[in-house]
Parts: sequence; structure tokens; C-alpha cells
Amino acid sequence: MEHQPPPFFKTGPAPLVRLTFFVLLSFLLLILDARFRYLEVLRQGVATALHPVQTLAGAPAWLVGRVGDFFVSQSGLQAENADLKRKELVDAKTLMQMDQLQGENAHLRDLLGARERLPVNALLGEILYSARDPFSRKVIVDKGFNHGIKPGQVAIDHIGVIGQVTRVHPFISEITLVTDKEQTIPVQVVRNGLRAIAYGGGDGGTLDLKFMAANADVRNGDQLVTSGIDGIYLPGLPVATVAAVERNAAYAFARISCTPAAGIDNHGQVLILSSERKLEPAPAADDVKDKPAKAKRRRREP
Amino acid sequence: MLAAGKRQRILLPVKSWFIWLSLAVALLLNLLPPTRIAAYPEWVALVLTFWCVREPRRVNVGTSWMFGFAMDIADAALLGQHALSYALLAYVATSLSRRMQWFPVSQQALHLLPLMLFTQLIMLGTNAIAGGMFPGWTFFLSSFTSALLWPAVSFILLLPQRQPESIDQTRPI
Repeated sequence: MEHQPPPFFKTGPAPLVRLTFFVLLSFLLLILDARFRYLEVLRQGVATALHPVQTLAGAPAWLVGRVGDFFVSQSGLQAENADLKRKELVDAKTLMQMDQLQGENAHLRDLLGARERLPVNALLGEILYSARDPFSRKVIVDKGFNHGIKPGQVAIDHIGVIGQVTRVHPFISEITLVTDKEQTIPVQVVRNGLRAIAYGGGDGGTLDLKFMAANADVRNGDQLVTSGIDGIYLPGLPVATVAAVERNAAYAFARISCTPAAGIDNHGQVLILSSERKLEPAPAADDVKDKPAKAKRRRREP
Repeated sequence: MLAAGKRQRILLPVKSWFIWLSLAVALLLNLLPPTRIAAYPEWVALVLTFWCVREPRRVNVGTSWMFGFAMDIADAALLGQHALSYALLAYVATSLSRRMQWFPVSQQALHLLPLMLFTQLIMLGTNAIAGGMFPGWTFFLSSFTSALLWPAVSFILLLPQRQPESIDQTRPI
């Protein structure tokens, strides 16, 4: 095979060779991304390069929104204005009590020796688009680490928790919604303080409370709020309402599904909260191990 | 190129800037906000298939892989999911290119449907392995809309090649 005639047309490597190369490259990427998450830097680089395209893609919707704002009818505005005034009156009483309550709260906290709750900074983000990937529930917002966003921050709307910032690029960041299958959020039942963990339902639009005993005291219509024991979510943010509880004697756990409180898929704006809460470190491993280890030894001796 | 029994004009050679422009526009269309609708067509896959069929020597597996990679990042999807499926799509499309061009556009669309379904199936497979959620059967609707759009897309993308260099009434073709 040393003396091959020169090819008539230069076509590069054969299609099958190309395919094999690129398929192997894809597998490499898939494994590196799904298993080890090594490629965040690469992702950030390409995301920055793609940013103009994404902004351009969002432009028509933005323009339509602006034009819609401009032509909003006067009666609509008047109605909204009246509504807001009424709401302000209702809120005024609460606001007046607020100062007094805050003072009282500070005093009581001092008495109890509890640490002050740290102030929370909030940043308003606009949802550029919801990621098209049908295998997850994510939205892209127009604030990135240039605006001080960090992974792990919590996104809320005016009703409750929407999700959590999972990936941050220079100008944009990804928020994984609470209904995503991979997303978990520690919650508490308002009625009785029962703690639980809410998992994204996966089928879109619901959350599940998993691993709750079949006789757990959860009822239809129970409000779930963040418990705050994880140190990431602030306590007391509404998350979901229990929609259905199914107790089957055949299973150890109850099937509890909830509907999210916030308008997860409805709004254009989100508030991204950044709180620098530091939890006490977990007790050292030696302290915890101590007692059970001794107990075991004693049991073995006789 | 020659539809059975039909007279067809000889097309001008394609300009490479037009290929890149059409692919960029497809990427833009894929990122438009209403993309949560299940039936929203896969513009990038559609345009890539078109060029793989028409110009297999310019657009092939490598180009497709690159655009798949860009889609992965813009979509916040698993890295390599679109890249893998678009590369496979491009391979099948380039090997079908000789065959497909013998058929009229409507039958080309019929060729496209299984191709698109195959692409989506690969995406579903990679996600199932990586632990993504099942998006429901409506997920496959996008293949059907893409196939329906094939005649329109191929008409628009061939427009610049249809213009004659100089209008000459005495020209035989």
C-alpha cells in the first residue's frame, strides 16, 4: 500500500472516522460534566461568548413587553392604582407595628442570647429565558458574578421561593427551579413545625415530600415554609402547599405531593437573596463517636 | 437535484457566509423565549440537516458537533448531550444526502421525521443515563413540527442560489 494514487478531491478524514472522533469527544464531555463537574470554566467561557446571541434572542420579547407597557390603558392603570392604594392602607397598620416589633424582637433576642439575624441583600434579576432543555427546570436571569451573584443563593418572587442559583456566568446565571428533579429544599410545616425535605417532582409543576412516615402529621392544605436549618435558605420563606396525601399501608412512607407557592413559571422578575449566614460548625467527629463506640464494646464483652 | 420527471433549474453555488448566517439565525431562533412549548421546532438541527444534505462537504459532523456544543451551553443542558446527537444526525444526513436529493421536498420531509426522532431519542437516552427527568411524550412533538417546516426551510435557504447571475432571456437554462 505504499504507492497509493493521490486522491482527486481533498475531503479530509472519512465520515466514519470523524463521527467516531466526535462521538468519543461527546462521551468524554458527558462523563466529565455529569460525573465530575470539571468543565465549569469552559462553560463560563463559551457562555460569555454566547451572551450577545442570548441578549438578541431576548430582545423581541423585551420589546413587546415595552410596547405593551406603553399602550396600557388608562382605566387599567386607574384600577391598579386604586387597588394599590387600598393595599397600602391595609399594609400601613402592619408597617407601623413593624418598628415596634423589631425593637421588641431585638430586645428579646438579646435576652435569649441569640445571635442577630444578619441583614439580607436582595438583587432584582430579570428572567431572560427559560432553558429549553426539557430534562430540567431552569431559568436564566440577567445577573451574573459581575453583579455579585454566587452559586447557592436563593431566588424568590413576591410570594415565595422560586429556586436556587446553581451556576453563575459573568453576565448571566442559571436558577434551578424548586420543581426540578435534582432540587431539594428543607421545609417545615407551618401548622406543627414538622421538618421535612421537599424534592422536585420531576413531572413538572409539583414538589414531593419524600421519606415521611406513613403516619406523619401532614394534611391537605398545609403550608410549607423553609426551615432555615441548612444555612442556605432563610427561614420562613413560603415554598409550597400540600395538595395530596396518600397513605398506603403497603409502603413505609406516605406519598405527599405539593404545589409550589410562588408563580414558578409566571413571572419575569426574581429577587435573588444573598445572606452571609454562617452556621456553627458541626460538632467534632470525636465527640460524636465517643458514646456509641463505648456502648458497643460493652455489649461485646460478655 | 433532479426531481423525478420535473424540470429544474441549475442552482448557483452556495456562499459560505450564507451557511454560517443561517446557522447563527437558527441558534437565535432556538434561544427565543417561548421555547418551553414542547412543539417548538429544533431550528438548529433542522438547518444543520439541510446543509448536511445539500453541502455535505462544507457542513458535516464537525460543524454539527460545534453547534450542538453551543446549544448545550446556552440551554444549560448536560454538556455533550446536543453535541452527541447532532453529530450522529449529521452523519446520517450526510450519508443520506445523495438519496434525499432525488425526492421532491414533501418526501424529503418524510425522510427527515425519523432522523429527528432518532436525534431526540439519543438526547433522551443520554439524559436517562445521567439521571434527568422524563419530559413526557409531548417531547417528541418537536420532531414533527421540524419535519413539517422542512419544505419552508429548504425553500428559504435555497433562495440566494436561485437568482441568476445576469438575466438573459436567451439563456437555455
